[in-house]
Amino acid sequence: MARAGKAPARSKGAAVAVTRPSDALSREQRIALYRYMRLTRVLEERLVALYRQTKVVGGLFRSLGQEADAVGSAFALEQRDVLSPLIRNLGAMLVKGATPLEVLRQYMAKGNSPTRGRELNIHFGDTETRNFIGQISHLGDMVPVMAGVTLSFRLRGEERVGLVYIGDGATSTGAFHEGINFAAVQRCPLVVIVENNGYAYSTPTNKQTAAKQFVDKAIGYGIVGVQADGNDVLAVYDVTKEAVDRARRGEGVTLVELMTYRRKGHAEHDNQSYQPVREIERWAEENDPIDRYVKVLRDTQGVTDDELAAIEADIVALVDSATDEADASPMPEPTDALVGVYADPAIVPPLWFRESVRSAVDANERAQGWGTYDG
Amino acid sequence: MNARKGGARMTGERTYLEAIRDAMDEEMARDPNVLLLGEDIGAFGGAFKVTDGLMAKYGESRVIDTPISEAGIVGAAAGAAHMGMRPIVELQFIDFISCAYDMLTNYVATARYRAFLPCPMVVRGPSGGYVRGGPFHSQNPEAAFLHTPGLKIVYPSTAADAKGLMKAAVRDDDCVLFFEHKYLYRRVKEVMPAGDHVVPIGKARLAREGTDVSIITYAATVWRALEAAELLQSEYGISVEVLDLRSLLPLDDEAIEATVRKTNRLLIVHEDTRTGGIAGEITARVSETCFDWLDAPILRVTAADVPLPYSPPLEDYVLPQTSDIVRAVRRLAAY
Repeated sequence: MARAGKAPARSKGAAVAVTRPSDALSREQRIALYRYMRLTRVLEERLVALYRQTKVVGGLFRSLGQEADAVGSAFALEQRDVLSPLIRNLGAMLVKGATPLEVLRQYMAKGNSPTRGRELNIHFGDTETRNFIGQISHLGDMVPVMAGVTLSFRLRGEERVGLVYIGDGATSTGAFHEGINFAAVQRCPLVVIVENNGYAYSTPTNKQTAAKQFVDKAIGYGIVGVQADGNDVLAVYDVTKEAVDRARRGEGVTLVELMTYRRKGHAEHDNQSYQPVREIERWAEENDPIDRYVKVLRDTQGVTDDELAAIEADIVALVDSATDEADASPMPEPTDALVGVYADPAIVPPLWFRESVRSAVDANERAQGWGTYDG
Repeated sequence: MNARKGGARMTGERTYLEAIRDAMDEEMARDPNVLLLGEDIGAFGGAFKVTDGLMAKYGESRVIDTPISEAGIVGAAAGAAHMGMRPIVELQFIDFISCAYDMLTNYVATARYRAFLPCPMVVRGPSGGYVRGGPFHSQNPEAAFLHTPGLKIVYPSTAADAKGLMKAAVRDDDCVLFFEHKYLYRRVKEVMPAGDHVVPIGKARLAREGTDVSIITYAATVWRALEAAELLQSEYGISVEVLDLRSLLPLDDEAIEATVRKTNRLLIVHEDTRTGGIAGEITARVSETCFDWLDAPILRVTAADVPLPYSPPLEDYVLPQTSDIVRAVRRLAAY
């Protein structure tokens, strides 16, 4: 089923308010939204370059065309609130305080990356100060986890909120159902955002669900459901902020469906052969979230070319210096692999054949050029 | 043995089941972050009444009745644990732990390693057979988790160990799978050790000293091994040592090696099925570290490799019995 390049109308389910939450955003905050979206795109483009230079270890995942959905939603949270991002929510993580340096070190498998080289890409978090929790690859699992995170907020009387993303594909998992139902029954202060970008890897949404729209699923859980144009950053902010406010007031879970489109493949290696001809181009030409928002900023905030150029220069300088620093960062010490499976014991003893061997490759072998042993 | 099996209750004795409840009660009183999650555990007190009275004492916010969602409950416990809570999840029967296998092995077990996220939680439930429960209310799925770094597994056989290990599990900073043998729930009882009784995870218990043959086992088959040991001593003059593992992950390698080096003959007994069971792992370890001390091959008495059937003649045929242990020990002693 081909998806139209037009943005859907703002949902009937969304609160019809005379004032929108985004009306309260300052000019500075509105520019920050733009900056986070551009930073997401520039950083991902840098990662593509590094991927092609084979400096990225493993796969690369883009959020091209979905930056508004990630940035606008995360912008509705406070620092104390906990965010649970997915692979296409780099923008949300940047809003929460993740840095380009952390992201680059992660993708380059460096020893001083946030996971010390244990996990890939943007699977990382920080529950100490910035409050975001890294996902695992088993999609849907973060929904029950965030139900528990937010259950703890309710039990302790903390006025904190959780936000978890789920793709259109992962709404088909049992974990999604169990988690959102648990959170609904327990009236957890949780916002569940279904990012409907049209595809789960190659599978279109009409093979994922017989429901007309994902927002309809809210009815079955007895929770509020709203839908918004995921490529309109202010609309995303509005629906998420309303959901966050409801959660903070103790009114439980909201399911938010954001309509967007995945313009790149599942990962960089995916040739997107399954996407209809011209579909990607139409979304790029007619419904790019950044292009749309630049027009809004010019029309309503009088943002000038000079201002945009200054932001761009700042972002590029930031990503440049982060790239240099990440590139120069050391790879992990091999034996760090044995540390921290448990709190106690803190270290796993090396296997006997690795005792006093610090590397998997010893003097009689060559790390590169297997099969050319010439000892 | 200080624990008693069956018979009338003496003053101050607590059953295996009550010991688990006492431990949770004491831990909830000690630490306000401890909370219980599970199906029918609140006012109803749980299918086996393990949590009976705890909701009345601690309220609905600390004893939480959940939907039938094992993955959801375990996942929610993990999220709460990240935030500093110490959840204890009851699975109504441990057979349903497979519904949460993904959450436990992919999410919970890796949290500390991949993300430095603490995940202090206990997943507990009635386990095991000899109760005519059939294929889905009798399982011993511990070996399925032995293979997952990041989890800890305990499986007590006595009431005192049930209490002490539960307290250790609640206080542990990682996820502990706490297997409770439902055959022992009300059959095993003893007077609890005084004070704050904590049994360290990872330490086996010498259940009986002997010199001729070692039996390594855990949970309900500890009692069958002890019964066999009595019989072997009185009928055949064979002195049997019985090591109750108590903790399966980590295994107490020191205690395992010590008993093998002492008797030079090893029988491993477990109620779980044979192929891929814990006995295989113990056998491999002993062959790597104690080969020179062995005077006989390592033997296993386990359940047959079949789903556990319901009808008494079938279940009795499949599960390890005292007579099987006697036969195996005599074979080892004759080497």
